[in-house]
Amino acid sequence: MLKTFKLGGVHPPENKLSKDKTIEVLPLPKTVFIPVAQHIGAPSTPLVKRGDEVKVGQIIAKSSSFVSTNIHSSVSGKVKKVDFSADSSGYPKQGIFIDVKGDEWVEGIDRSKDLDKDISIEGSDIIRKIQDAGIVGLGGATFPTHVKLVPPKGMKADVLLINGVECEPYLTSDHRLMLEKPDEILVGIQLLMKAMNVDKAVIGIENNKPDAIILLNKKCKSYNGISVQSLKVQYPQGGEKQLINAVTGKEVPSGGLPIAVGAVVSNVGTAFAVYEAIQKNKPLIERVVTITGKGVEKPSNFMVRVGTATSELVEAAGGLPENTGKIISGGPMMGRAIRTMDVPVTKGTSGILLMKEEEANRKEVKACIRCSRCTTVCPMGLEPFLLMTLGEKQIFDRAEGEKIMDCIECGSCSYTCPSNRPLLDYIRFGKGKVGAIMRSRKK
Amino acid sequence: MSNLLTVSPSPHVHSSDSTQKIMYRVVFAMIPAMAWGIYMFGFDAIRVGLISIISCLAFEYLIQKYLMKVKPSITDGSALITGVLLAFNVPSNLPWWIIIIGAIAAMGIGKLSFGGLGANIFNPAIVGRVFLLISFPAQMTTWPATNAMAVDGVSAATPLALIKEGIKNGTPVSQIEGLPQLSDMAIGFNHGSLGEISAILLILGGLYMLWKKVITWQIPASIILTVALVSGIFWLIDSEIYVNPLYHILTGGLMLGAIFMATDMVTSPMTGKGQIIFGVGIGLITISIRMFGAYPEGISFAILIMNAFVPLINMYIKPKRFGGQK
Amino acid sequence: MSITVVYTIVTLAVIGAAAAVILYFVAQKFKVVEDPRIDEVDEALPGANCGGCGYAGCRAFAEACVKASELGSLNCPVGGNDTMGEVASLLGLEAVKKDPRVAYIRCNGTCDHRPKTSSFDGVTTCSIVSSVYSGESDCQFGCLGYGDCYDACEFDAIDLREGMGVPLILDDKCVACGACVDACPKSLIEMRKKMPKNRKIVVSCRNQDKGGVARKACKVACIGCGKCEKECKFDAITIKNNLAFIDSDKCKLCRKCVPVCPTNAITELNFPPRKVKPVVIKECEPAK
Repeated sequence: MLKTFKLGGVHPPENKLSKDKTIEVLPLPKTVFIPVAQHIGAPSTPLVKRGDEVKVGQIIAKSSSFVSTNIHSSVSGKVKKVDFSADSSGYPKQGIFIDVKGDEWVEGIDRSKDLDKDISIEGSDIIRKIQDAGIVGLGGATFPTHVKLVPPKGMKADVLLINGVECEPYLTSDHRLMLEKPDEILVGIQLLMKAMNVDKAVIGIENNKPDAIILLNKKCKSYNGISVQSLKVQYPQGGEKQLINAVTGKEVPSGGLPIAVGAVVSNVGTAFAVYEAIQKNKPLIERVVTITGKGVEKPSNFMVRVGTATSELVEAAGGLPENTGKIISGGPMMGRAIRTMDVPVTKGTSGILLMKEEEANRKEVKACIRCSRCTTVCPMGLEPFLLMTLGEKQIFDRAEGEKIMDCIECGSCSYTCPSNRPLLDYIRFGKGKVGAIMRSRKK
Repeated sequence: MSNLLTVSPSPHVHSSDSTQKIMYRVVFAMIPAMAWGIYMFGFDAIRVGLISIISCLAFEYLIQKYLMKVKPSITDGSALITGVLLAFNVPSNLPWWIIIIGAIAAMGIGKLSFGGLGANIFNPAIVGRVFLLISFPAQMTTWPATNAMAVDGVSAATPLALIKEGIKNGTPVSQIEGLPQLSDMAIGFNHGSLGEISAILLILGGLYMLWKKVITWQIPASIILTVALVSGIFWLIDSEIYVNPLYHILTGGLMLGAIFMATDMVTSPMTGKGQIIFGVGIGLITISIRMFGAYPEGISFAILIMNAFVPLINMYIKPKRFGGQK
Repeated sequence: MSITVVYTIVTLAVIGAAAAVILYFVAQKFKVVEDPRIDEVDEALPGANCGGCGYAGCRAFAEACVKASELGSLNCPVGGNDTMGEVASLLGLEAVKKDPRVAYIRCNGTCDHRPKTSSFDGVTTCSIVSSVYSGESDCQFGCLGYGDCYDACEFDAIDLREGMGVPLILDDKCVACGACVDACPKSLIEMRKKMPKNRKIVVSCRNQDKGGVARKACKVACIGCGKCEKECKFDAITIKNNLAFIDSDKCKLCRKCVPVCPTNAITELNFPPRKVKPVVIKECEPAK
């Protein structure tokens, strides 16, 4: 029996169209738009103004509090303006426009491809360097990594879980990274282990990626304390709580953090970014992005500079198909639909998915037949049909009692509903309201 | 790009399942039992089935269109299921007008008065059946002889009625005449309503629905086990008065009720635990009615009574929450 | 036979009498002493339970009035000065006159002014749409048109105008309870002073983007040019964040700001016609 998480889950068609495409480096764009809020937490403060010359790797926005990160320029050139433009959140956000000129890097960044296995650096230095390099969780949640590495007082992590699950359909960026940079990822994991002072790390990989499991299993023998756990394919296994449950069998208590069960979860992409930041001195300025979709001519994986517009990626993948109805930043289950192709790739963009017109629209909503499938598939053991009604009727106190705040918004309920009911829409709305009520109560 | 880009909240994909598919799978699962009914009762079975299905569809359409003034939803398959189940639940020699009255009760009272699919508390087909059973007890409990069994006379009693008679008169089980063999009852050489006589074919349909995840195992299993357990205890106490539990399981509408009617999604609890409570309740009420009640058969009453408890069960039996235990 | 009838009547009478006695004592024991004036005040209130006063319904407001030492901070927007005058006389307090108010949706971005640049598919309530993105048009501040205000209004004072993009508040029915103000996720609805004959001069826009961006998204957007501010003799107009705002308490309805606005963002309502062409609002094509 393969391990997986214990409650619920769905298995949407995988459609990993680009899983055999090696990571290509995307040509430099002409301009980039780098938003100053690419992470959870306070937006960073811009340090540059119009007309400034910047180099690759230079800090252009500084973290404004502990839960915040630095933003580095991903290109060299001249700052065009500091202004608002749409990002994947659907609202215009402040950011820095840079006109690209050449490719001039800040000194001290090692751009060679040589593997550097030396991890004699001090643990506290690792955390400081991670903070400086602006590393956030690359799985999509974009939580600043340095915050995660410092456990709250009185708590101690005893295992590091590395998320190589990639349970979202279509996306293949983590998969390709594991195949092409296994040693770098493993060294990155060792650095994270050292920073957290734990001696055990487990890489969780779903067994629809047998090549990655075999490769990492072979490689990790030469690294102390790292092992690979293959997992049954089940969405949303990449969710933090689900991954912990699948690998260790422990349950993060309702409303608690993973550290409560002694676990810290990081993405393989983050491990790679940590490797580059510590060993190569390279801040987080580029990431692997999958560009895919059933109508896309060349579904591919690209190494993309942060701030590159979606349109550039689409162009590189063979252009926008005629019948595109929807563009999604992220995967089809949790990604956000974007309204224009000006939206830039940010630190949290794991993929761009183009959907055809016929896939883009929802089906007609019918009456609930109380089939209880939403309850069966909910990985948090909630009752989505009930939460939806409570959200719709705005009965927020009861929704709170029914644990609406535990919802991880994975979308399994809406995915599975045979009556096509918009369960998650209302639950998300209710969650927002209940969260506001709870915050106002605390004050 | 010819059109504007669509923006919508996640998730952006949807499973290929639909309400309609689920309904038609249920209908598909009923085909073997229907075919057996036709084989056993001949043309009458087709007549009852067609009248029931057509009148259920017609009443759904007419009531939705002219009384409720909403878009009729007869293509979703739910009225078709009600029609087939209603036919399964009546004797094959029932006059046509009684079937139509049953269809009005099922669709009008049982389903649409609550607001249509998804809002009804009681299983519509059972509402129809019970309505007829109370209004026309004579016609509803006179079963025709089957084609395949050369029994003279037009009507025959079901095994359950025989057992009931035996309990009433104090006749020991071994002396009750006309009680069929267990194997015959399992296959379906038996008297009874149109669709309830062949336990094996009903189980076959149930297995198909389990495989297609239309139903869950909890409800049928808990009903059948409860009935077996309770009747088994009585049988062990005194096997002269009480019959073998297998008789209880294989006769009457138990299989039909447990597999096709109690499992109706709309009128059964949402959680596995709740479904077991629901099933045990049905089992207990059924066997109580069969042994001590006025009617020989009790599953439809049992399902109706437990249907009324479903909102309560849903309110108090919650699924196991992730990270809930401390 | 007749003895049965007698028995029945006697039994019922005895049960009834016993129940009455029990009820009487229970009622005595659990009697709640309440200020009788609360009932009187409650009686005088409109009974709409709309919450426009800030209390949970008319009864709660009545309790608050009875407890209060002066009525300055309490106001029933639905009943207005008449009701509050009555309440004041009931309680022997001084009535405080308040200007009647009326709600106004500060957006004129009907679909012929503000083209759609994307189409939304999902649950169409303003709050859900606004949690997903800024809306179907390019204006991130404008009305979404799905009618959360319409759903919140208890007085049928909002005409949804489906297909036009922006609902319309019916001044005659609006009681200024404020439910729509809270319901609008874009904070577009403002309570303005009710002027004679329902006349209004309003900047029908909330767009705080820079002029160019705002203009591109909507033909009638306020671009924050400041011409109206200079024109106004009563200091009623202020510009903040690229957006003009007319203070209805200061505005004297002189209408001088209207013609100077380059984008027609300032709306005048219920005035006798002058030479300006009336704005014709076309119906949008239905969304696909």
